[in-house]
Amino acid sequence: MKEIDELLLPEDLGYTDDHEWAQKTGETFRVGVSDYAQDQLGDIVFVELPEVGDSFAKGDECGTLESVKAVSELYTPLSGEVVAVNEALTDNPELINEDPYGAWILEIKPSAPAEFDTLHKAAAYLEMLKG
Amino acid sequence: MSEQQTTGAANTVLGTGGLIFNEPLLWEKGKKGRMGMSVPQSDVPAATLDATLEGTEVDFPDLSEVDVVRHYTRLSQWNFGVDSGMYPLGSCTMKYNPKTNERQAATPAIALAHPMLEEGLSQGTLRLLYELQEFLATITGLDAVSLQPAAGAHGELTGMLIFHAYHEHKGHQRHKILIPDTAHGTNPASAALCGYKAVAVKSGPDGMLDPELVASLMDEDTAGIMLTNPNTLGLFEERVREIAEIVHAKGGLVYGDGANMNAVMGVMDAKKCGVDVLHLNLHKTFSTPHGGGGPGAGPVCVTKELEPFLPVPRAVRKGDSYQLEENLPLSVGRVHAFHGNFGVLVKAYSYILTMGAEGLKRASQLAVLNANYIKEQLKDVLHLPYDRPCMHECVFSDQNQQAEKISTLDMAKRLIDYGYHPPTIYFPLVVHGAMMIEPTESECKEDIDQFIATLRTIVQEAKEQPDLLHEAPQRTKVRRLDEVQAARCPCLVGLPSAEDK
Amino acid sequence: MRYLPHTPEDISDMLTVIGADSLDGLFASVPEACRMTSSWDLPQPQSEWQLNDHMRGLAADMAIGEDGKVLIGAGSYRHYIPETIRTLASRSEFLTAYTPYQPEMAQGTLQGIFEYQTLTARLLGVDVVNASMYDGASALAEALLMGLRIAKKKKKVAISKAIHPHYRGVVAAYLRPTSYEIIELELTADGRTDLSSLSKESDIAAVALQSPNFFGVIEELEQAATTIHDAGSLFVACFSEPLAYGLLKNPGDCGADIVCGEGQSFGIAPSFGGPGLGMFGCKTAYTRNLPGRLVGETKDLDGKRGYVLTLATREQHIRREKATSNICSNQGVCAMTAAMYMASLGGTGLRQLSRLNFDKSEYLKAQLLAAGASLVFAAPTFNEFVVRFPGDFSAKREKLLKQGIVAGLDLGDLYPELAGAYLFCVTETIDKATMDTIATEVAA
Repeated sequence: MKEIDELLLPEDLGYTDDHEWAQKTGETFRVGVSDYAQDQLGDIVFVELPEVGDSFAKGDECGTLESVKAVSELYTPLSGEVVAVNEALTDNPELINEDPYGAWILEIKPSAPAEFDTLHKAAAYLEMLKG
Repeated sequence: MSEQQTTGAANTVLGTGGLIFNEPLLWEKGKKGRMGMSVPQSDVPAATLDATLEGTEVDFPDLSEVDVVRHYTRLSQWNFGVDSGMYPLGSCTMKYNPKTNERQAATPAIALAHPMLEEGLSQGTLRLLYELQEFLATITGLDAVSLQPAAGAHGELTGMLIFHAYHEHKGHQRHKILIPDTAHGTNPASAALCGYKAVAVKSGPDGMLDPELVASLMDEDTAGIMLTNPNTLGLFEERVREIAEIVHAKGGLVYGDGANMNAVMGVMDAKKCGVDVLHLNLHKTFSTPHGGGGPGAGPVCVTKELEPFLPVPRAVRKGDSYQLEENLPLSVGRVHAFHGNFGVLVKAYSYILTMGAEGLKRASQLAVLNANYIKEQLKDVLHLPYDRPCMHECVFSDQNQQAEKISTLDMAKRLIDYGYHPPTIYFPLVVHGAMMIEPTESECKEDIDQFIATLRTIVQEAKEQPDLLHEAPQRTKVRRLDEVQAARCPCLVGLPSAEDK
Repeated sequence: MRYLPHTPEDISDMLTVIGADSLDGLFASVPEACRMTSSWDLPQPQSEWQLNDHMRGLAADMAIGEDGKVLIGAGSYRHYIPETIRTLASRSEFLTAYTPYQPEMAQGTLQGIFEYQTLTARLLGVDVVNASMYDGASALAEALLMGLRIAKKKKKVAISKAIHPHYRGVVAAYLRPTSYEIIELELTADGRTDLSSLSKESDIAAVALQSPNFFGVIEELEQAATTIHDAGSLFVACFSEPLAYGLLKNPGDCGADIVCGEGQSFGIAPSFGGPGLGMFGCKTAYTRNLPGRLVGETKDLDGKRGYVLTLATREQHIRREKATSNICSNQGVCAMTAAMYMASLGGTGLRQLSRLNFDKSEYLKAQLLAAGASLVFAAPTFNEFVVRFPGDFSAKREKLLKQGIVAGLDLGDLYPELAGAYLFCVTETIDKATMDTIATEVAA
């Protein structure tokens, strides 16, 4: 497993206590899991995606990630409607291990875009991980 | 490197040898037209079947009797059982499975007994059911028993169905259930099947449940508590009575997971502990073989008050005859097509008759003796998170080995090279890197000493030759397997024969 | 006691190491108030030879022994079991092993179960089969729960009245604490399930049929699949006699989504109803909704083929209350036994044996009809069928019992409307002479 200071934490993302990230892409936000989350979970073998059109409130469970011996729920960092899911993960869940920030999981059209500002900045998230 | 360097001490003690045959999959053998068993000649005329109902021949390989015998004999040689060696798998009670029990279950009139015959024709099997119910009631201290559940988790489900039926009968259904964080995963899963939401109860720093915490969580919407005693850390819940009183005071029931009964036969009275429903694992405490995953048997034992809720049919005695009672209006109904895993019940019955009261109590004493002895002899080299007298199993962790980047898994795999089945690992979840050792009473002192010496050698190897552990096991038919690949691209059935060839 | 190896000296040495003064002292943590104080009223311990005598006594209390002729099936079937299977299935490397959580030490069990999954999938016509459930009844209950999980928002299941009454009892017990509703489907006059009411229901998650059903009647599975799928429901096909699929179309090919049932017929003794074998399979799309263990193929560090338990994140030890089932122990060695039986028969033998069972039961059916009995259900049957006799058959059945022949099951207790009708079963263990004896008695 990685040491805390080995983790990649891009600056422009917002992070949650549950280790999801959100990134603004025009009118929508992409959502994935942090380098810390993928490292803790180990080899990801299956991703359960929500359906396009599903609506969630911030903090709702919107999918799961599975390793061989663990299941981790995915909670949406922002409220809104799912407008896209990353189908590539269905056949290649390991993309999340290889590039946790490239391998976005779902794209959400936010109902309250200001929620993004309540997420942790990279530095604050790092502090949280350091405990 | 010499062989001694690559394998360490493994090849000088027990270890595994070299006689491992390769053997293909069944459908990679055989030839069309062979047959491995005799089908009787027909003594009746051929009948006509509506052609629209007829299917094509099933694509099974055709094998001779010798093909089948060699195939399974070779497969068996890749397996390790209690008869092969020590199997200190915590929480599983891998004790010796007496051979006479197998013979008794195979008694022709019993093995061939049909479950749908009228009671008058089945007095022998009904008597066995009735007597085993009585024996298990005696051993647990509870009043009534159903032998229907086919496994421990099935017993738990039956217990939760009883909870549900009881609360319904009382006129007020409840929606939550308290489950300690040390519980087996079957507990919350069984409760969930009955619609109960599991509320986790954190165990205290001493590994024990805290009655105050239970009191703060218990309310009138909570059906009760499921607890394992001795718990999954191998410790006796000393305040179980107090906890039961708190739960009872709010109208709840207490479920006892009897998975660890092998520690306390003749010592613990479940009723006095305040337990209302308890399941037993006959494939643990009562010596029936695990069969590589089953079949087991998970009878439930209950108090007088809950007896009306037990599954039907129930074996009862009326004067000199044994009967099946079906008409019990409060019963949860039927949880098995017939009378449970009857063949397994015969084996447990045989065990109880062989051991007698004193033998059973002695078994628990020796199981606890063996576990405490191992705990004392290893606690200077392996981290012991809860250093107090244990019951029939002890839980270590890999904390002392972290500096060498050696995990519990590595130590477990290394034990294989020395000819032992590894202990239970990474359970209970409350201990990080847990290694749970349950020797059972079957192991003699010399074998336990050898096991202790082996684990001490492995701890030493972890410091001096850590690769021996990382690379273990080396002497088995296969080495560590790629479980990630297995889960990412599941291959759960073999290809059709045609595509093979 | 021969299972307990400790000598007094061992015990004393070990207690010294532990620092306890006596064996009782090891239990200091058990409070007095929790202690077992009553003396146990158990029989005195018996030697191996006394135990043999005792069991002989119980066996003697069984009216029907090894040489009895049992013409009852109803979910438990007496078939010949080859000695090879008894020998191989009782090998202690299989029998005394635990669940194969350490795959390097359990390749025998793992490959064996993988083979079981494969052969069973071919038999049932499904893509995936799990490593087994407890029995046919609990398998059906789990199949319906699985159907409800897949269908998500639907709250009803429909089950045929021609499914084994005990299986329906177990389904009812499993579903009773839930808010799900069970709809029972009536029979048509010819003994098949009447599906005509389905078109009126829109929120049924799954519909379950048994074929051959409890009365031996072969359901029209292909038509059923169309009707059920048209109603937007999943099709659960269940069975109690898998030997039928050696001759008949299998449920998977007919369009069933989930197929489950009892595999006792395949090399497992009736043993008063258990242990049996819950066979359970489905289409690939539903794999992650399956209850129970699965064995999968993979490779080891050296690239060698090997087998592991896989997709375990569905199961209770990982997903706890969100698991697909609470099942943990299954019927492992029974699944191995069934695989040994399927391997021993092969495709050729399975066809022959299945055909023989069909021919024999048709022979008895014809003889009974000729002797004056009438068929209750006209649809084609496999192995089992229901007849009524002119007048009271019970005295004749009594008389046959005295000759060691169990002539059918009176259905009155299970289906009050069928009181006086008898369910007969004929397997390869019943010879022509026995069947002729019954027919003669009926005609008398």
